[in-house]
Amino acid sequence: MIKESELMIKNASYRETVLAGDYFMKVIKKGQTFRILDLEGNQAADTLFYNADDPSERYSAVDTIREQGNVYLSAGTRLLSNENNLMLEIVADTCGRHDTLGGACATESNTIRYSLDKKCMHACRDSWMLAIAENDQYGMSKRDITHNINFFMNVPVTKEGGLSFEDGLSAPGKYVELKAHMDTIVLVSNCPQLNNPCNAYNPTPVEIIIWD
Amino acid sequence: MTTLSTSKKYIEPGAVLYEDTIPPASHWSLRMRKGTSLKITDIEGGANVGMLFYNPENMLERYNAPDTLKGQHTFKLTRGNCLYSDMGRIFCSIVDDSVGWHETVCGNTTKQIIKDKWGEKNYQEFHNEWNQNGHSSFLIELAKYGLGKKDMAANLNLFSAVGVDDLGNLQYLENNSKAGDFITLRFEMDTLVLFHTCPHPLSTAEEYPRRPIMYQILQAGEVEEDDYCRKYRDENDRGFQNNEIYHLGGACCHD
Repeated sequence: MIKESELMIKNASYRETVLAGDYFMKVIKKGQTFRILDLEGNQAADTLFYNADDPSERYSAVDTIREQGNVYLSAGTRLLSNENNLMLEIVADTCGRHDTLGGACATESNTIRYSLDKKCMHACRDSWMLAIAENDQYGMSKRDITHNINFFMNVPVTKEGGLSFEDGLSAPGKYVELKAHMDTIVLVSNCPQLNNPCNAYNPTPVEIIIWD
Repeated sequence: MTTLSTSKKYIEPGAVLYEDTIPPASHWSLRMRKGTSLKITDIEGGANVGMLFYNPENMLERYNAPDTLKGQHTFKLTRGNCLYSDMGRIFCSIVDDSVGWHETVCGNTTKQIIKDKWGEKNYQEFHNEWNQNGHSSFLIELAKYGLGKKDMAANLNLFSAVGVDDLGNLQYLENNSKAGDFITLRFEMDTLVLFHTCPHPLSTAEEYPRRPIMYQILQAGEVEEDDYCRKYRDENDRGFQNNEIYHLGGACCHD
């Protein structure tokens, strides 16, 4: 569902541009709203969420899908944790649909999807691994790296049970905005994928904007 | 319960090495060896089997539903599909399936879901007829191996199917599995298998469904170059190559 935000950029408390292949990891406080802005279009922001007080509570794709009875995420979606608590709500979305079935790219899954000799190319999971290593104050390890949201990715499912990665619905300037219902660690990998036609083999920057 | 003597040097592919039943609302775990298959049969119809896989050599390697789905461009799982770890390897291949659709995106029943759907039935009062839930079942099996809730990935729900309409709305498919339906998983590497027989979280049954299953451990045959699962998609061929690299130099499992 397309829903525009009423928040003004000039009132934001924090802005950061995240380049493709980099990560963003920061605590968003309960009540704060943040936006992920697709600056150049058809980019994927591979995102995980954790309860800042206890990161063993985290975003759960299966609980979110099951409880909303729908596989796509958009404005109005309530993102649930593995304890079935409300973590965040999508409050604005000018893209219309986001994926949480396809997971992130990893060097190992790239060998399956593309070719064994692509195994050393940069991938989202590597960015997350670096993020948790460089931010050891959160006490996280590979066990915490789980099924994510792909903001701006279009992964349609058919009645017959097919699933495909299609060209994105996103475009330059499209965004998704989320309001935190608990203090939340936001971990974004701005996807570095060079093998997928859905971003025209051209990963581009996103911007993260936070309002108090 | 029956066990076949395994002292023989050669065992015919398909031979049943062991068989057992698991009652409804229960959980169990076992280590499957490369070169064996796990055949699970829905004895009465309407069963659900929640399942997770781990590599016993490195428990951080585990079943990955997103990689399994996107790697094979599928939402449903059936014969030909392989079930992948997060490390680009194949835990097992679905070599036989009389059901046609198994799902892996709906997670488990929780204490709360059971209470809301069918009411609470505690152990004190109901003993073996209690309303156990899938989430607690997995936590118990995980803890046996030093694992916990951080290690609980998106699970399989064998015998259960959930369709999706054009808008993405989920629809639980009734009567997906009949009495006698089965699925056979051929293990392509040693795998720790955790499973439960609690109902599917979207079950529309009026009463908490109690469905037992039979499981059999079979001797698997050699995986030929033109194996159906291996050739089902190019991605699976590459997955088998990753498994071969992983096993290089290891002892042959069919000696």
